[in-house]
Amino acid sequence: MELIFFFYFALVIALASVLVVALRNPIYSALSLLIMFFHVAGLYVTLHAEFLAAVQIIVYAGAILVLYLFVVMLLNLRHDERYHRQWPVAGLIGLTLVIEGLVLAIFSRRTASSGPTSTETAVEGLGNTEAIGDVLYSTYLFPFEVASLILLVAMIGAIILAKRNIGQDDGLHVANAQVETR
Amino acid sequence: MTVPLSYYLMLSGVVFLTGVVGVLIRRNIIIILLSVELMLNATNINFVAFSEYFHHVAGQVFVFFALTVAAAEVAVGLAIILALHRTKSTINVDEFQLLRW
Repeated sequence: MELIFFFYFALVIALASVLVVALRNPIYSALSLLIMFFHVAGLYVTLHAEFLAAVQIIVYAGAILVLYLFVVMLLNLRHDERYHRQWPVAGLIGLTLVIEGLVLAIFSRRTASSGPTSTETAVEGLGNTEAIGDVLYSTYLFPFEVASLILLVAMIGAIILAKRNIGQDDGLHVANAQVETR
Repeated sequence: MTVPLSYYLMLSGVVFLTGVVGVLIRRNIIIILLSVELMLNATNINFVAFSEYFHHVAGQVFVFFALTVAAAEVAVGLAIILALHRTKSTINVDEFQLLRW
C-alpha cells in the first residue's frame, strides 16, 4: 500500500520536474513546479513528517511560488527560444551526469545498508510537531538564530536591489542612458 | 517502512539531475532559479527519507534550514532579476556578458 503511494508520488514528482525544465512558457513551468511541491508534501506525509508537509505547502507553494509567478507576470516575458547558445556543450555535460547517475543507480547493488541504527533517538511518542520543536529549540538553537539572520540579510538585500533610485539620480540612470544610446 | 530507502535516493537523484540539466541548458533566468528550487527539493526529500529511516528528527530540522535558505535565495534572486530586466529589458543569460558598463 505504501509502495503504491510512493510510486504515484514519485512518478508525478519526476514528471513535473522534467516539465519544469522542458516547458517553454515560464508560467507553465512555475505551475508544474506547484504540482511538484504538492506531491513532495504528500511524500512527506507518507514519511511521517506531517509538519514539514504543511510547511512545504504554506512556504513553498504559498510564498515562494507566488513570488515567482508575480515576477513572471510583472516582467511580461515574450517567447523566445529556450536554450542558450552553448546548449550543446551544456547538454553534453548534463547527459554525462545523467549517465553517471544511472550507472551508479543500476550497478551499485551492493550490500544492504545496516538497519536503523539510532543511537540518539528522537522523542518518540510525542507528535511530529512537538518532536521537531523540541530538537529545534534546544540542540539547534544557534543555527536557528543564524537562519533568522539569513532571512534578515536577504530581506534588506532584496529591498536595496529592487528599489528604484528615487530622488537622487546616480549611476543607474546614467547607465540606462548609456545603454539606450548604445 | 515498506518502501526501501534506495527508492527515495533514486527519486531524489532523478529530481536533482533534472535541476542540474535545467540550470545548464536553459537561457531564461527564471527557469534557472526554478531548477535550483528543484535541486533544493531533491535534497529535502533525501533529508526527510533519512530522518524516517534513522528515526531521528534532525533531518527534518535541516529541511527547515534548507527552506530558509531557499526563501532567501528566491527573494534576492528575483530582486536581481528585476534589476537586470530594468537595465537591459531581457532576462536571457547569454545577453549578460559584461560585469559593468
